[in-house]
Amino acid sequence: MSKEIKFNEETLALVDKLMKRYPEGKHKSALIPVLHIAQAEFGGWLSSDTMDYVASLLKIKPIEVYEVASFYSMFNLTPVGKCLIEVCRTSSCWARGSEEVVKHLEKRLGIKEGETTKDGMFTIKTVECLGSCGGAPMLQVGASFHENLTTEKVDTLIEDYKTQGKQKSYTDLDYKNTL
Amino acid sequence: MGKKILLEHINVPGIKGLEVYRQNGGYASVEKALKTMAPDAVVEEVKKSGLRGRGGAGFPTGMKWSFLAKPEGVERYLVVNADESEPGTFKDRYLMERIPHILIEGMITSSFALGAKTSYIYIRGEYFYVSRILEAAIEEAYAAGLLGKNILGSNFSHDIFVQVGAGAYICGEETALLESLEGKRGNPRIKPPFPAIAGLYSCPTVVNNVETIASVPYIVMNGGDEYAKIGIGRSTGTKLISASGHINKPGVYEIEMGVPVEEFIYSEEYCGGILNGKKLKAVVAGGSSVPILPADLILKTEKGEPRLMSYESLSDGGFATGTMLGSGGFMVYDESTSIVKNLYTFARFYHHESCGQCSPCREGTGWMEKILHRIVEGHGKAGDVDMLWDIQRKIEGNTICPLGDAAAWPVASAIRHFRKEFEEYINHPERIRDKMPVV
Ligand SMILES: Cc1cc2nc3c(=O)[nH]c(=O)nc-3n(C[C@H](O)[C@H](O)[C@H](O)COP(=O)(O)O)c2cc1C
Ligand code: SF4
Ligand code: FES
Repeated sequence: MSKEIKFNEETLALVDKLMKRYPEGKHKSALIPVLHIAQAEFGGWLSSDTMDYVASLLKIKPIEVYEVASFYSMFNLTPVGKCLIEVCRTSSCWARGSEEVVKHLEKRLGIKEGETTKDGMFTIKTVECLGSCGGAPMLQVGASFHENLTTEKVDTLIEDYKTQGKQKSYTDLDYKNTL
Repeated sequence: MGKKILLEHINVPGIKGLEVYRQNGGYASVEKALKTMAPDAVVEEVKKSGLRGRGGAGFPTGMKWSFLAKPEGVERYLVVNADESEPGTFKDRYLMERIPHILIEGMITSSFALGAKTSYIYIRGEYFYVSRILEAAIEEAYAAGLLGKNILGSNFSHDIFVQVGAGAYICGEETALLESLEGKRGNPRIKPPFPAIAGLYSCPTVVNNVETIASVPYIVMNGGDEYAKIGIGRSTGTKLISASGHINKPGVYEIEMGVPVEEFIYSEEYCGGILNGKKLKAVVAGGSSVPILPADLILKTEKGEPRLMSYESLSDGGFATGTMLGSGGFMVYDESTSIVKNLYTFARFYHHESCGQCSPCREGTGWMEKILHRIVEGHGKAGDVDMLWDIQRKIEGNTICPLGDAAAWPVASAIRHFRKEFEEYINHPERIRDKMPVV
């Protein structure tokens, strides 16, 4: 059974604080930040229940949430692994070997790009330039950038996430402690 | 060594924190502006400095500021564009990560000039960890009385908030950014009205790039005339260049405008030459949107003069033989690089990032990606290059926002300068493998 879709008191207070960052009546501006929190809290993706809940919190129509959630590439509308591995595929990373990184990950994890491992631990995704071209080839997991990748580095990374990294991944975005 | 303005103190230990930042002269522009200057005098200095927007278009900042409408009783906003999603660009991240207070200082001083009580930093969602660094810096500034009510005992009060995006290149376009900040899809608005008249929440708004705003403290402290002495011609001041690709020393460099491109690529002070001693093949000098140039044309203009890192010199020759400084995303490709495959990564990018509002952009970027895909896969057809040319021509100038142009230019320039390579791909698909970069 999935967790009940409801923030605890602390998170609700945070949402309240966020909404006050904007002028009277403009609290819809809090939608994207709140969706980030919701995604981190409720399994790393936005189910329609989660989106409806966010709509009720911000007192806006569910459609206003869906249209935003479906526009931005960081919002996952289907479940993803605990560690969403996002490999940059754009020019500078491509020129310095991102295709090899993806191939290596696919071999290592036994899945294709876009797929999730059976244990729900890893998803491989290719993404566009992450503003880290000087460290090409690079990938991102949660909030962390991993640059100047080699196959050895990728292997170490996977091991790290497998062993002590269970809580890292999307919760390492740690939205709550910063906003 | 050229003049450093933004990165002068970057290697001072602890410069990320307020205390060390202040020990190195930080926040002096806030003191000076709030205590001794009228807001319009600050605008005047920025005008005199010749500072041009560092987000890509190079529009004069002082002029932009003077367009800001000031109706009685209506809020005005400063919004800092930290979306930084133009492929090849990572300078704003570097600046915000390493010396966040320079941005905060610039925002306070600029907001004072504009009469904005609130400002927002819109930062791309993937830079989440940088947003935490900014939040920490903002908190320090509040604690020191540099933000909040009656800053440093003056009548000026100001609040800064950080807004995190969620992955969309188009939100770097200023009106899409404002839509996103209002909690909507990032669909660019039809202009006019311009943000200076009706921007955030329909209020007069100035949107500026991170680097632009971070340049303001120096201008206020030293005067616009002093700033204008740095650089060359109408390219005043310094510019952060994000250097990546096949070079020995990728990274962010602050250059004085006017450094020769050749020096930038080959000197130890900057890129340190081409990786593995290979030969230079091509450069995209200002982020993925600007035309790609082959080695001979990036090093020298068509007239045979050395090409310089400045707005004017890089665009010398127009699109026929020149390019643009853009955002300063400098991507270098060695002799082994396939221009066709590289272009495919750009075409895929623009198709992925098109917001979908205008059909030439939405459909055209998709077609270009599809055609390039079949070419790189070895299924190119005779006439494909002409078709690509035709499609990009039909996108350019026919869309709501400049993303359409940005998608067209890389295609046009790659065909213009490397047409033979496309034809080679189409006529000899069996040779394509050899062109792939060796890792
Ligand atoms: C598709 C597109 C993407 C853009 N991305 C950015 C960006 O990431 N950062 C930025 O500062 N400007 C970006 N711009 C330019 C902005 O629209 C705007 O001109 C700029 O933020 C103004 O600031 P400036 O005058 O200080 O350069 C983009 C423009 C377009 C059309
Ligand atoms: S040009 Fe492209 S990105 Fe810009 S508004 Fe039109 S469809 Fe959207
Ligand atoms: S091209 Fe990969 S981070 Fe920019």
